[in-house]
Amino acid sequence: MINVIWLGMIVIGFVFAAVNGRMDAFTAAVFDGAKNGVTVSFGLISVLVFWLGVMKVAEDAGLLRVIAKLLGPVVRFLFPDVPKGHPAIGYILSNMSANLLGLGNAATPMGIKAMQELQTLNPEKDTATPAMCTLLALNTASITLIPATLIAIRLNYGSADPADIVGTTLAATFVATLAAIFADRLCRRMLLLRRPPGPPAENRSPARGGSAPPHYQVKG
Amino acid sequence: MIAFIPLYAYARKVPVYESFVDGAKEGFGTAIGIIPHLVGMMVAISVFRASGALDFLMGYISPLLRSLGVPPEVMPLGLLRPLTGTGSLAYATELIRVHGPDSLIGRIASTIQGSTDTTLYVLTVYFGAVGIRNGRYALKVGLFSDLVGFVAAIAVCLLVFG
Repeated sequence: MINVIWLGMIVIGFVFAAVNGRMDAFTAAVFDGAKNGVTVSFGLISVLVFWLGVMKVAEDAGLLRVIAKLLGPVVRFLFPDVPKGHPAIGYILSNMSANLLGLGNAATPMGIKAMQELQTLNPEKDTATPAMCTLLALNTASITLIPATLIAIRLNYGSADPADIVGTTLAATFVATLAAIFADRLCRRMLLLRRPPGPPAENRSPARGGSAPPHYQVKG
Repeated sequence: MIAFIPLYAYARKVPVYESFVDGAKEGFGTAIGIIPHLVGMMVAISVFRASGALDFLMGYISPLLRSLGVPPEVMPLGLLRPLTGTGSLAYATELIRVHGPDSLIGRIASTIQGSTDTTLYVLTVYFGAVGIRNGRYALKVGLFSDLVGFVAAIAVCLLVFG
């Protein structure tokens, strides 16, 4: 999918450049893009190093655990079919807490551990359980309190107030997360109503922005 | 924020400096790790733009978006976001660089980039880790929430900064 998009951009660019007689600009653009990529990465080093350092301090101070305490009831509501006190709950909480703090590289290992724990409750080992789908829905919508990387980039380009997007990000992420939970619940209901042995039949999904593809193929 | 976290940690007897350095190590690796992705995406984006292909495409969509008060430049970001985290980060960074971090476009780009995650990547990593081949409705739900998040990000930015 990414391959097609990337290739498409380059090939279409090449064709347009040829038709418009902009071959010089095309060649220049290749080297410009490459130079920009490296320059941007180097500009990011300083701020990324700093932010991840601060976030690690937050993690070691147990801020993750504080958030985990607050989120307990939420997890019980979202994952009704995971037994109380099952190790999966702890990892799900850590994963959500890390997401909240914008610790993407802490969230992923926790999420994987949570998946492995949920797999122990799974009767069909190659098919996702509703709880797994819920965990994924939460992670793709990613409830973020502090978009650290974006703040860093804006700081880097001389923003007057790099953190002024925190509010808008919070609002958007909240709406996206609600949509994810709602859609997940709806799909879960449909699955319970008609328990087919295979994947659920294509039904009227809530996504009216183009019908959603089946899980094994992705269209752009 | 920057003062509170270390203070709180110190009160909880965390060796703040060592812990900071420990986390900071990761930052360098992350920044270096994204160089190939950034170069790849930025070349594709810059070629696409310089050749006039982007203007051609935007010429079709712009009037529609403009009538809604949406800057057309953010449209490609909405398409990239669920597919590639680093790719969309590169695109968002490019928008911030060109239009400035405090422009409406820069703010919308930041909000879109910060408010959802890379659905395809998360799905691959999480299901891959436990050998799930049939993901049921997970991708559907993920892409739906991406779409909602994209629209919400633009709407909120227009409300607050527009």
